[in-house]
Amino acid sequence: MTLVSGWGRFPVVDSDVLRPRSFAAVGEAVSAGTVARGSGRAYGDAAIGSVRTVAMTGFDRVRSFDPATGRIRLEAGVLLSDLIDTFGPRGFLPFVVPGTRFVSVGGAIAADVHGKNHHGEGGFGRYVESLLLRTGQGDVIEASREQNADAFFATVGGMGLTGIILEATIRLRRVETGWIRERVISASDLDAAMRALEASNSATYSVAWIDCVARGRDLGRSLIYLGEHAGRGELAEGADAFPAGRKSGLSVPVDLPSMALNRTSVRAFNELYYRMGARRAGGSHVVSLYPYFFPLDSIGDWNRIYGKRGFLQHQCVIPEAGARAVLGEILDRVARRGDASFLAVLKKLGQGDGILSFPLPGYTLALDFPVKGDILNFLDEIDRVVVDAGGRLYLAKDARQSRATFEAGYPALSRFKAIRKSLDPAGVIRSKLSQRLFDEV
Amino acid sequence: MTSRKSVLVLGGSSDIGRAAARAFAKAGYDVGLAGRDVAALEPDAADLRARYNAEVDLHQFDVLDTASFDGFIAGLPALPDVVISIVGLLGLQQNAESDLAHATAIMRSNYEGPALILGLFADKFLARGSGTIVGVSSVAGDRGRASNYVYGSAKAGFSAFLSGLRARASRGGVHVVTVKPGFVRTKMTEGMKLIGPLTVEAPVVGDAILAAVENKTDVVYVSGKWRLVMLIIKALPEAVFKKLKF
Repeated sequence: MTLVSGWGRFPVVDSDVLRPRSFAAVGEAVSAGTVARGSGRAYGDAAIGSVRTVAMTGFDRVRSFDPATGRIRLEAGVLLSDLIDTFGPRGFLPFVVPGTRFVSVGGAIAADVHGKNHHGEGGFGRYVESLLLRTGQGDVIEASREQNADAFFATVGGMGLTGIILEATIRLRRVETGWIRERVISASDLDAAMRALEASNSATYSVAWIDCVARGRDLGRSLIYLGEHAGRGELAEGADAFPAGRKSGLSVPVDLPSMALNRTSVRAFNELYYRMGARRAGGSHVVSLYPYFFPLDSIGDWNRIYGKRGFLQHQCVIPEAGARAVLGEILDRVARRGDASFLAVLKKLGQGDGILSFPLPGYTLALDFPVKGDILNFLDEIDRVVVDAGGRLYLAKDARQSRATFEAGYPALSRFKAIRKSLDPAGVIRSKLSQRLFDEV
Repeated sequence: MTSRKSVLVLGGSSDIGRAAARAFAKAGYDVGLAGRDVAALEPDAADLRARYNAEVDLHQFDVLDTASFDGFIAGLPALPDVVISIVGLLGLQQNAESDLAHATAIMRSNYEGPALILGLFADKFLARGSGTIVGVSSVAGDRGRASNYVYGSAKAGFSAFLSGLRARASRGGVHVVTVKPGFVRTKMTEGMKLIGPLTVEAPVVGDAILAAVENKTDVVYVSGKWRLVMLIIKALPEAVFKKLKF
């Protein structure tokens, strides 16, 4: 047994980790209580088998690529960072990238990850044409929108619970360059931030960073980052069409003491960050895709800044209609509490594609909290606000929501369970997350 | 006849072999992958073609079948510019202490086979007047330790062979690189307790091999920390060293 945790380093649990080297060996590895694990970037307990965890990052081969269509077939362990570094210079990028590029293709499908373009272009699953799935009952099936469609739509966003994704065919986006034309808008409060996001619906990429220490009339003050793929003509004379992939220079070498992030240090950081951003606001400039999409990837092991006990990310989505009041209430509670989180991110989402996909038309808010004190109770209170508003939590970030919260947020759950049952009648595919939220006890 | 350079990777299905093949293909080399099971190399060939439009061919090669070596080289479509030997067998030290067959397999896989095949390539390269030979040895060869001296002694022999070959070949326009990777997270080291700061991923080794070939480096410790660690280990007096169990 090995101690395993997600990116949030909470919870830390025992699971038997296997690294099969062939698809046949994957099949042999699956036994009661198994789930696949990609890059381990899910924050909580999604990629930890209740008994056994099958690590898939060894499956990192590209099977074929057609530059005429951007269609690529690859093994599920290929990382998006690898795809970007390899195919970016050839003029192709994934359509959807989450906030870190160090996720596997299999993980990106299982979580149906979204990026800064979800409001217009949908999630990762939308660009998956088909996938090869090893089901719980041992069949290896190709699933797409046309063939085994139930399995396809249950696997996209299905958190690995339909079986083990072995391969996938996805479409890549043709780009002229690896640069993004970025425009920063400063918003002095939550109303202004939501108006700015609403007004930039036609932007390809948009996201807001919220200062969640600010209170009172500053509540919800934000910097909004809009982005478009830059054409060759927009680059400085002599600039490479594709920026050099940055090696992570900085990294957090040890667990910081849990005191390092406190009200004062976060407030100071946020104040500085907001002021510097506000100064850049208005004009537009061209930035490399790496800092634009993956600002935190440049700090290796940034999860260690929250100390040894780990941290929780609370990411909810609130349907558009009541979003303003609900987000205001959540932010107010968080600001009064005072221990979040320089990373508060607000973003508009569109419709999700998979049966259990997280996105729905509305606003998503992501907040980080160190694991300490009464944080679990506090988040339960926030969850009630989310559920009352018809919202839900992102399973890829979750380590602690209750069954009731989960069931209230995902009304298509019974359909998902029925498909899962047909693919895995004996219920061998089980993660710590599914034990917590899905499975009969 | 194109002006593209070519590399032949012996042990092409190993994690370091795959990483080296990717690094060279990315840099524009034509790639030959050689291994015991050619069919098992097919997915890696497809990977290199899809990623880099690389020209890839596959060759059957068994490092223990030394009698086949002359025929193996004669059967290559062309003599490569660079040949890299990554073959090796870590084995189990405890078993090797009493099981002669196992100890022999470790010695032959890490020393006899790699040294003999690279020696043959050196002859051909010297006759041509150009070429680069890369042997992946190990820091374990820098000093025999209680926990893995059978493997370590074979790697020590291989390192010594490469050192001598380098001296001989350098006069004939042929360069020899010795690579000592240290801990690498691979199939071979799976389940071993590796020390985090001293451990690298296979792609780092692949890139280091390419850089060593292009820069004509003689001996590469992939992580500079290992050079220091082994310097200290080598400097320990035998009376102290023999008490250490690591």
